[in-house]
Amino acid sequence: MANNFNITLPEVKEIASRGVKDQPFIGGHRLCAGCNAGTIVRQVLTAAQSDEYQIVVVNATGCLEVATSIYPYTSWNVPWVHVAFENAAAVASGIEAAYRALWRKGRLNKKFRFIVFGGDGGTYDIGFQALSGALERGHQLLYVLYDNEAYMNTGIQRSSSTPLGANTTTSPAGSVIPGKPQMKKRIVDIVAFHRIPYVAQAIPGQPFDLMKKVRKALSYDGPTFMAIYSSCTRGHRFPPEKSVEVGKKAWETYYWPLFEIEQGQWRITMKPPKKLPIEEWLKMEGRFAHLLKPGNEHIVKMLQEAVDEYWDYLVRMEEMTKEKGLWTWVPPLTRQKI
Amino acid sequence: MGKKIAMETNQLAAFAMAQIDPDVVAAYPITPSTEVVQEFSKYVANGEVTTEFVPVESEHSAISACLGAATAGARVMTATASQGLALMNEILHIASSSRAPISVVVASRALSGPINIHGDHMDISSIRDAGWIIMVAEDAQEAYDNIIQSIPIAERARFPIITSYDGFITSHAVEVAEVLEKEEVQKFIGPKKPDYSVFEDKLTIGVLALQDSYIEFKRKQAEDYDKVVDIVKQVGKEYGDLTGRYYDTIEKYMTDDAEVIMVVMGSTAGTAKVVVDQMRAEGHKVGLLKIRLFRPVPKDDIISVLRTADAVMVMDRAFTYGGIGGPLFEEISAAMNDLPCRPYMANYIYGLGGRDIKPSHIRQVFEDGLKAVKGCGFDQQIKWITVRE
Repeated sequence: MANNFNITLPEVKEIASRGVKDQPFIGGHRLCAGCNAGTIVRQVLTAAQSDEYQIVVVNATGCLEVATSIYPYTSWNVPWVHVAFENAAAVASGIEAAYRALWRKGRLNKKFRFIVFGGDGGTYDIGFQALSGALERGHQLLYVLYDNEAYMNTGIQRSSSTPLGANTTTSPAGSVIPGKPQMKKRIVDIVAFHRIPYVAQAIPGQPFDLMKKVRKALSYDGPTFMAIYSSCTRGHRFPPEKSVEVGKKAWETYYWPLFEIEQGQWRITMKPPKKLPIEEWLKMEGRFAHLLKPGNEHIVKMLQEAVDEYWDYLVRMEEMTKEKGLWTWVPPLTRQKI
Repeated sequence: MGKKIAMETNQLAAFAMAQIDPDVVAAYPITPSTEVVQEFSKYVANGEVTTEFVPVESEHSAISACLGAATAGARVMTATASQGLALMNEILHIASSSRAPISVVVASRALSGPINIHGDHMDISSIRDAGWIIMVAEDAQEAYDNIIQSIPIAERARFPIITSYDGFITSHAVEVAEVLEKEEVQKFIGPKKPDYSVFEDKLTIGVLALQDSYIEFKRKQAEDYDKVVDIVKQVGKEYGDLTGRYYDTIEKYMTDDAEVIMVVMGSTAGTAKVVVDQMRAEGHKVGLLKIRLFRPVPKDDIISVLRTADAVMVMDRAFTYGGIGGPLFEEISAAMNDLPCRPYMANYIYGLGGRDIKPSHIRQVFEDGLKAVKGCGFDQQIKWITVRE
């Protein structure tokens, strides 16, 4: 299977047709109707199914965690650990270290891969340090950011992922300040420049692209990262049935491009057939409603410029790194082969 | 008889850790426990341990990684102090409720601010309600012995444990200690038999427990925590059978017929014993009760010693803002409430931020006690000493 990370439709169908007990992530959880976090988990864990290894999931505190683990129930049919909000990457580091130690000492003979799920709060903000540390140390973990661009679990407060002008409960669109005054943090680039082997951006609306990226990420015995756009009906303000469409619109307006960075080699994996203006996405989400009213045109323009600027950057990076990546991932010298 | 070696206590702590050879050590250096991590990483670099060493980017991540490793069934240790322990605070509570038997070596130090790197008991006092077992050593020998015992205590109790010794006063002092061979240590602690591991079962660890279940979780935890005292006694006895050094939750020194008993924790016990000897030679009936197990409070053991005293002088190298005395005094006072007839009790706050406590200070405290017994109690129940007025 070398170099072919594609997941096929029959493969997906086979996993989906399994009985409830054989699904890695089981329905009946308390995520909102139309929440994309559950969809993301299902796609990631479907792609992660392997004869070679089992999965351990570490979950940062957040919507996904609280909605799937209310005692005495659980939606997780894989080993799952939640400790706190800001330390998922550190907890995963410890589990991964234990794995290597127990393997070395002959107390474990099953192979594992580690997947972390964190929202934008647990990743961009409060968990940023733990994430950076884990990436630098080179643990095997696929860190999956489900990015709904605000602290949705506590009631839609702004994060450093919230886009400029978005209306949140701590960046409310007021009569003087029109929503969040700052730009969104570019987490993917910050993570990539830890010189880790694989970083990608995805949307659940393009599941085969997403799942291929999961498989590619898990092929590395090191830290990898995926930023996945996670539509939130409550926070973004749209009807639940529009969830996938909204995410796709973020892609089609180039707001959320689908690309990957493999050992410093940028590649746009799926280009939308036609680039739509940013308004096409903004108008679908109530959090931007005020921006489309007269007087806020300049903010829309700034958002469009940021999109264009980033796309230009991506295209240039892709061109520049076509022949040779900007870095080669170097595993820790102590890395033992498992 | 084990062999005797002379080392700084921090080095000795790392030596004990290397003999334990934990599966995972995730650590972040902080004064005055830095050397423990440094020395241990040498054992790792030289292949003398089989530990997976995770040099994390903060104490918060250190304890988080330790807890992660514990959920995977690994034997886990780390070392820290002061601000490091304070930064761990949030996760300490989760570690104890996860029943993770992590062992943490603490070189006790003052808390900021103002920033101060020297020894007192504010760090361990500030986390006394985190559900951890907390043991305090008097000297290097006891520090070593406690660290070895910490593994069976934590793993039998299924609670995490802190074994502390005083920052700088003990951590940086070179002392002679008698140590076991690595094989003896391994035999004493036994192979790790985890209660649970994410590698063995599809466990969901770290659930959300709401109004319908949270209090039952906490009650179970509280009940099991109460069993720790007996486990500490049992392990102390087994360790004594192996080494000749028997340990209990407390240590009595000349208390049987004492009129005035000083209660103390950590390195000050050594100084106080000298003063007790001197004052006994002068004919004063004074004695010393050293607390080894700070949490859970060995209430019955404390009462059994103090019940016959006329005056009890509790020494706190820590304090509480607006509390009724220092942390140790609060506990001892509460424990003594059960007695129909209480001795006079006084509290001395001393030695914060590493301020020296001298034999003359200790003598003055005993003399206050002797005076109280002759008269009618204390003018002032809570006093700060070793402080410039």
